[in-house]
Amino acid sequence: MRLELSRAVQGCRLGLLTGLGNTGQHSLEVPGCLLYTCCATVPHLTQDTLHTLRDLPSVTQVSVDMYFAVHHMLMVSYAGLHDTVLFCSLHDSANSIPAGHVTNKTVSVWGSGGRIELTAARFMAIQAAIQPDFYQSMADGETWQAGTSRKRVRKAVDRTLAHLDECLVLHQKTQELKQSEIFGVVEGGDILEERLRSARETAKRPVGGFVLDGFHSAAMDQDVRVQLIKATSAELPQEKPRLVLGVGRPDEVISCVEAGVDLFESFFPFQVTERGCALSFNYNIDPDPETAGTSTPTVLEFNGEMPAVKKLNSNGDENMTPYEMNLKDKRYHDDFRPLVEGCSCYCCKKHMRSYVHHLLVTNELLGGVLLMLHNMAHYLGFFKSLREAITSDRLQDFKNRVLHCREGD
Amino acid sequence: MAAPIPGSTHECEGSMASVKAVSSAAPLALRIVAECPVSKARACTLTLPHCAVSTPVFMPVGTQGTLKGITVDQLEDLDCQICLGNTYHLGMRPGPELIEKADGLHGFMKWNRNLLTDSGGFQMVSLVELSEVTEEGVTFRSPYDGKEILLTPEQSIAIQNSLGSDIMMQLDDVVSSTVKGPRVEEAMHRSVRWLDRCIAANKNPDRQNLFAIIQGGLDAKLRKACLDEMTKRDVPGFAIGGLSGGEEKDDFWKMVTLSTEHLPREKPRYLMGVGYALDLVVCVALGCDMFDCVFPTRTARFGSALVPWGSLQLKQKQYAKDFQPIDPDCQCPTCRRHSRAYLHALFKSDTAAMHHITIHNISYQLTLMRSVRQSIIEQRFPEFVKAFMKRMFPSREQYPSWAVEALQSVNICVC
Repeated sequence: MRLELSRAVQGCRLGLLTGLGNTGQHSLEVPGCLLYTCCATVPHLTQDTLHTLRDLPSVTQVSVDMYFAVHHMLMVSYAGLHDTVLFCSLHDSANSIPAGHVTNKTVSVWGSGGRIELTAARFMAIQAAIQPDFYQSMADGETWQAGTSRKRVRKAVDRTLAHLDECLVLHQKTQELKQSEIFGVVEGGDILEERLRSARETAKRPVGGFVLDGFHSAAMDQDVRVQLIKATSAELPQEKPRLVLGVGRPDEVISCVEAGVDLFESFFPFQVTERGCALSFNYNIDPDPETAGTSTPTVLEFNGEMPAVKKLNSNGDENMTPYEMNLKDKRYHDDFRPLVEGCSCYCCKKHMRSYVHHLLVTNELLGGVLLMLHNMAHYLGFFKSLREAITSDRLQDFKNRVLHCREGD
Repeated sequence: MAAPIPGSTHECEGSMASVKAVSSAAPLALRIVAECPVSKARACTLTLPHCAVSTPVFMPVGTQGTLKGITVDQLEDLDCQICLGNTYHLGMRPGPELIEKADGLHGFMKWNRNLLTDSGGFQMVSLVELSEVTEEGVTFRSPYDGKEILLTPEQSIAIQNSLGSDIMMQLDDVVSSTVKGPRVEEAMHRSVRWLDRCIAANKNPDRQNLFAIIQGGLDAKLRKACLDEMTKRDVPGFAIGGLSGGEEKDDFWKMVTLSTEHLPREKPRYLMGVGYALDLVVCVALGCDMFDCVFPTRTARFGSALVPWGSLQLKQKQYAKDFQPIDPDCQCPTCRRHSRAYLHALFKSDTAAMHHITIHNISYQLTLMRSVRQSIIEQRFPEFVKAFMKRMFPSREQYPSWAVEALQSVNICVC
């Protein structure tokens, strides 16, 4: 695995993660996202529907709990993933983890049978079975609750380093992991000193890259996160990739990229799907001149001022963000437009808001399928545009477009 | 999307001009391609407004304008040429006005091939409590807003006209096949009168085919009387109704064969609500062309995969480490890529598991019908039936006696 950085602009790193996969043939553009899966399957989708999506990320994310849901062998072989690149995380960021199950020597994951306690040795045995292309080391990331004490944060950093050292020893000894890279995990909660300590210490170890943990959306304020990541990033070697866990909202992605993050998970489109919503924010900074001004606007712009966050629609989920539209809302009953004008996903090319609304109202399974396709496509398009904006020095325009854009009508 | 199944009879360029229409103005034509010299089975090409349909055909049921979790592209890739939508459900949500605005049900769900809609009668009687039938229509209480609704033959046809289906069903007075006595006769006569009202109410006879539904319960005399009356009407096709509702199979097949005996040869025969593989094969032998049933798609969502020797309950532990596909001989996308073990595990975590089985089960049903059709064309249908029975049942002693008798009645001996 090699990270080839082509430029760094306003803190953003642009490049290509190469040498991935069995034959080293795969690569992933950075900044970018991994393909989120639940048990090695993109939720709601079969191979045929999944492959209507173009430019799928070449790296698929699975998590350790997958191993306990199903025999790992069949996940990798029969999910049709043989020719993909695998990243294995400890947890699934779409599911909240019950707190209080971390000890000095163990962490816990949840399988279909209940809670499973993992020592570093057991964790590494699972990695040896899954044989991911890269994986995060075992870590204690339980610092996200409000008011986590300094002592607890320090313990998390210490434990995580200890786990890393133990995992590294086992990694070197394990034949099955010869082709795999282990990523060190940076902890430290919201305490700058601890973040720095964790980063510096982790950077001393022979890891292939870094996973930034404990920055989950729910865990901390956007500004605090940005500061901490910037500071952390400065301590990490430039040539190794940085992946942040638990961050998915477009605004948070942008600020993390500016702070030096390369890789993200893509659980966010899945969460949007589950609440019956469709990503609708505009990320195009080069609107088609032929349709500009004539197409149905999906952007509301109020004289350059930031519009107030729109009130939630009826039936709005409290987790709904300003970047999505709630398709369960009655207003879509007879709206015959595609979810997002100009989107080339299967759902937008074929179907209309009215139909998706009907599927959601009647609780039909196809609703989830179509929304998942659209949301993934939209999210991937967002990352692509982000990379293009960095490449062409138009990051500010891009930010204006995305951040000032609210749910279309 | 996956490539269409190779070897399928992909007849989807229906040309109305080249085939003689059955009735003067009906947008339907039936061409009998082959008839079994032994039994009453036939293989036909049914030309409908959206495309041609090869019969015998199984029609999957997409109740609310969707075939559960599968896309219209996936359905097309399985070579499905016609499927069902439910007037009752769609009439409630999203309602006929909206669907008409969206260019009919075809435009709403973006299905470019044929659609058949039922009248709404069956759902009302089976799903809704306190429904009451009068000469005017069926009165019932809406489960969505508690309001009292009256569904008349005229209204049923009006909704179906808005839906724009290729085949519409008359509103019939549905009575459970387990009911005996004068109610059955009353319902039969009323169904004839309602047929006439439906015919009169059809705004689009040039592009929507209205089928009659033969009633009469399990009473041969009543059935015959109904057949005599309804065949006097110039409808493009006939359905055999009032069966497949829990009656004894011994009575069931006799009514089916009586019906096909007296239905015109040159019009399609649609046996409603029949979908188990054995029933399909037997009823093809008895002369039926079209079938529908929620069973294959419903059972899929419970993890039950249909195979030529029965069904696999994939949620059961025994499949956790079974790395074969559902059916090694099946060419559907699910069997080409996935194992029983994968599907077993997937059921615990994601809805996609249901989609995989739904695809397989639809493929199974459609493939079965294609094989039946091919055997009729190749004049080896009786041999096909014998081989089918052998595969499905461990021994001859276990062949259901009703099926043996039914097949015997059309000169196919499976014992």
